[in-house]
Amino acid sequence: MNEKLEYLKSRVAARKMSRREFVGRATAMGVSAAAAGSMFASAARAAGPMRGGTLRAGLSGGASSDTLDPALVASEATHGILRCWTDHLVNVSPSGEIVPRLAEEVGSSPDAKTWHFRIRKGVEFHNGKTLTPEDVVATIERHTGDEAKSGAQGIVKGIESMAIQGDTVSITLSQANADFPYLMADYHLAIQPNGGKDDPNAGIGTGAYMIESNEPGVRTAFKRNPNDWDENRGYADNVEILVINDATARTSALQSGQVDMINRVDPKVAGLLDRAPNLTVKNVSGRGHYVFIMRIETDEFVNNDLRMALKLAINRQEMVDKILRGYGSAGNDFPINAAYPLFDDTIEQREYDPEKAAEYYRKSGHDGSPIILRTSDAAFPGAVEAAQLFQESAKAAGIPLEVKREPSDGYWSEVWNVKPFCASYWSGRPTQDQMYSTAYLSTAEWNDTQWKRPEFDAMLIEAKAELDPAKRKELYSRMARMLRDEGGLILPMFNDFVDAISTRVMGYEDDPNGELMDHFAMQRCWVEA
Amino acid sequence: MHPVMKLVAQRLALGILLLFAASVLIFAGTQILPGDVAQSILGQSATEKTLANLREQLGLNEPAVTRYFKWLFSALQGDLGTALTNGADIAESLGRRLKNTLFLAACAAVVSVPLAIALGLIAVRFRDRWPDKLISALTLTTISIPEFLLGYVLAYFIAVKLGWAPSVAMINDSMSLFEKLQAVALPVAVLTMVVLAHMMRMTRAAILNVMQSAYIETAELKGLSGLEVIRRHALPNAIAPIVNVVMLNLAYLVVGVVVVEVVFVYPGLGQYLVDHVSKRDVPVVQACGLIFAAVYIGLNMVADIVSILANPRLRHPK
Repeated sequence: MNEKLEYLKSRVAARKMSRREFVGRATAMGVSAAAAGSMFASAARAAGPMRGGTLRAGLSGGASSDTLDPALVASEATHGILRCWTDHLVNVSPSGEIVPRLAEEVGSSPDAKTWHFRIRKGVEFHNGKTLTPEDVVATIERHTGDEAKSGAQGIVKGIESMAIQGDTVSITLSQANADFPYLMADYHLAIQPNGGKDDPNAGIGTGAYMIESNEPGVRTAFKRNPNDWDENRGYADNVEILVINDATARTSALQSGQVDMINRVDPKVAGLLDRAPNLTVKNVSGRGHYVFIMRIETDEFVNNDLRMALKLAINRQEMVDKILRGYGSAGNDFPINAAYPLFDDTIEQREYDPEKAAEYYRKSGHDGSPIILRTSDAAFPGAVEAAQLFQESAKAAGIPLEVKREPSDGYWSEVWNVKPFCASYWSGRPTQDQMYSTAYLSTAEWNDTQWKRPEFDAMLIEAKAELDPAKRKELYSRMARMLRDEGGLILPMFNDFVDAISTRVMGYEDDPNGELMDHFAMQRCWVEA
Repeated sequence: MHPVMKLVAQRLALGILLLFAASVLIFAGTQILPGDVAQSILGQSATEKTLANLREQLGLNEPAVTRYFKWLFSALQGDLGTALTNGADIAESLGRRLKNTLFLAACAAVVSVPLAIALGLIAVRFRDRWPDKLISALTLTTISIPEFLLGYVLAYFIAVKLGWAPSVAMINDSMSLFEKLQAVALPVAVLTMVVLAHMMRMTRAAILNVMQSAYIETAELKGLSGLEVIRRHALPNAIAPIVNVVMLNLAYLVVGVVVVEVVFVYPGLGQYLVDHVSKRDVPVVQACGLIFAAVYIGLNMVADIVSILANPRLRHPK
């Protein structure tokens, strides 16, 4: 029987046999249907990518008011669409390295202040125009300035000047930054002909797929770019992205086979969905985190003993189990986890310890009046329940928390970054430097915990300019420990990206940079015929 | 002039007047939204300069009355302006969505209106017997269940378990009519269940009311069969209230189905409006409001005109 099975598998690997036929024959030999299905998948995967067919993705986060302009991309569906038709100078690999794309070589001056990107030759835009270094410079220019309204404005802010020498674009920064290539991987900075200055919504790029029809908030259809410069992608002939904002509608579309992959599976149903035939749930730990923010400069939280008491009074594992249903991992009160390059995994995990929390609470000399914790559904999915769990675990340590539910409308303008103690969400950034610069630098606009330490800022700037990874890692580790023990951040959990894909989709790989392989799934996966 | 024509003309004029009143309300409503429109569009990225630029661009510096008439006249010429969020021509994108919405509404109406009236007639014929009770129980059950729940249940059993119809009713221009009909099968089923009871009960009540009349007794004494009496003598005289409730439900099918659109991912007008409301895209909201008001007023006007024409006393005055 084994010989026969091996023969069938070899037929699959040679693409001579369909799934239906394989499963039919294998089950006739006494193999269970589920086992036969996975055998088929591994045999087909071993055969390598297959070209042809149509790949359909059902994505949340689209609206009829969306545009194709890369500068304005802010939600999942628009991000997924952008990935299909554009390329960037560089990408970030799943393991956190820089992958050269339209820039075939990246280098810097020794002080990390000037960066050189050698632009790939022979790349054509969908309209037939050849990619030039001028297009790259024009793209970056378009995202600069107040009128740009670009999501990448903060990223290009640090650029002092740009110059073109032959094939190379040289970018000089106002301040040294060893992570600069990571910034250029930002999805807003998609390279467009003449930087999209003529028509940012034209949808003309160098990507694996060309836009065939685009109905914002409904459906975008792509066909394969016949002149694609990269052979190792764009396997399906056609890609369709359907906007399905309703979570239940998304799962039923996958179950009924109308789409091949979906993003943002509700953790409440992910376990059940995974048991359904013909699909798999993929969860990948990312950098997003659910947090409780204490503002250090308020009367209450100026006292580090009280902050420490609250950090010890939260049951992290319980939160991961009950709020994320296991699709996530416990946090350690600093915003970095193993998904970041240069993460120090030797930092001790903080555990729930009501006795020690009670001790710190006594030491803080708090008057015993209820501490008001503001929360809302807008903060993160399950934020109200998480606050109630926190209230209970703190009660066991004798710390009185009062949960106050705020309306979702206006939460980000009236409560977050305003009230002393509230629930919040951070989506994470590609590098530690960016994460810390966005929210933990004294002068950062979004410094929501009011963490203002000159020595911390100094280390951040030192690490930014440091090209030796070992030294940078040491600096980041010291910063993490400092923030963990003295900061105003309570970080109980990092949430996973939860996707679900049909078993006819091959080539899916975990990528902590974002959901659906950082939205590369549409061009790097293939479907069995 | 024939008195009926006069009545109809009066009703038409009233409808147009009403539409103007609605346009004033819509315009005023979007003006009294808290905060400045330019401010809410720009949000955090608002600076003095960008605010001034946008105000200029939107013409917010002119008095409201001038802006209202400008908006009204261009709307009358079919120019609804461009969306603030994506710069798309509103008339064009709204037209496509309106077409989809009307398609879904028409499909649902073609199924539900004859079904409701037929069920109503059957209920009258078998009044207080088991067919009447069964029809009432079933239609009242489906109207009582929230439409999103009906949608999910149908999607689960019919699309996921049985695979008879797609759960995503996304139609586009490249589909044939048959493919489109198959795509909208589930939303049409849900909408039918939602509107059936109202129209069926009204048909039943209106006809029962007429059934008390002396001429029905005469018809029965003439020896006509039960259904024949209802069809030839009762229904024509009960048409006005039935048409009224049918039009009300048709209006609902056009303007009130956003929940069904979301559940079945249908690219209709409701979803389009909601997307733009959340982004405070005022021109789009105004345009949608105008379309919805026109549909409501138009259908109600049709109902009134039909009842005028259906009234023999008005048709044949002394």
